Amino acid sequence: MGSAHNRPLSDPEIRVKALESLLVDKGLIDPKALDELVDIYETKVGPHNGAQVVARAWTDPAYKQRLLEDGTAAIAELGFSGMQGEDMVVVENTAEVHNMLVCTLCSCYPWPTLGLPPVWYKAAPYRSRAVSDPRGVLKEFGVEISDDKEVRVWDSTAEVRYMVLPERPAGTGNLSEEELAALVTRDSMIGVALVSAPK
Amino acid sequence: MNGIHDLGGMEGVGEIEVEADEPVFHAEWEKRVFGLFFGLAPHGFFNLDEFRHGIERMGAAAYLNTSYYEHWLGSFERLLTECGAISAEELEQRCREIAKGAK
Repeated sequence: MGSAHNRPLSDPEIRVKALESLLVDKGLIDPKALDELVDIYETKVGPHNGAQVVARAWTDPAYKQRLLEDGTAAIAELGFSGMQGEDMVVVENTAEVHNMLVCTLCSCYPWPTLGLPPVWYKAAPYRSRAVSDPRGVLKEFGVEISDDKEVRVWDSTAEVRYMVLPERPAGTGNLSEEELAALVTRDSMIGVALVSAPK
Repeated sequence: MNGIHDLGGMEGVGEIEVEADEPVFHAEWEKRVFGLFFGLAPHGFFNLDEFRHGIERMGAAAYLNTSYYEHWLGSFERLLTECGAISAEELEQRCREIAKGAK
């Protein structure tokens, strides 16, 4: 903030600066505490967390069972919990079912495992069409789901956050849990991508 | 409550645009808005449902034409002035000062 004096501030830049400075003047917020929270979500929380959950589920059948039965508790076993992940439901992709996530009403997303959502997830085109034309949307993301496979779209509520457990790709039997986690992408846990084996 | 935020199945709102290697935040001001949520939460001026409702009360054109963190900012402004934590006048006054480079 405040470094771009060679151009006029945009409307939101002015408004957030005004609001923050007013709240600081009133002793209601501490800008340093804000910095710390921003840093956590910018650098520490992200899809690498969810990837660890997926890799553990792929390599530990008992963990996978716990994950599908009580997502919140099983995810917390790996140290991931907190805001926007208080009530987690993990849905498993199989040979018969492909799952994908949306939040048609706003932008609900499992922060502790996936971090903050990408812009397209929060924007009107995905939110409107994920429920009316999921197969078409998947095709745009490069995922072709055959007609005999069921597609389930999970629309987040204010409380429940979903996460997709993608299918483990064939030919990865000799990979370690860590190597498997490196294959798992954000989009595969939203359900708009599949996980590929290393080439 | 029915409203523009209820987007499921709506047609004609454009193409899905995916940004490669998207950063977590796209501008400094977005970070400040995000951080404000946590800074404000302990004060109890509003809860998460009221925060969301603050966004859902936006007009349709504004909702569709502004970005995610502008929605958040608008909800903060609305809720904080409604509960009296700040006044609309002092917020406008501060905006004018900042726009002029006085603060």
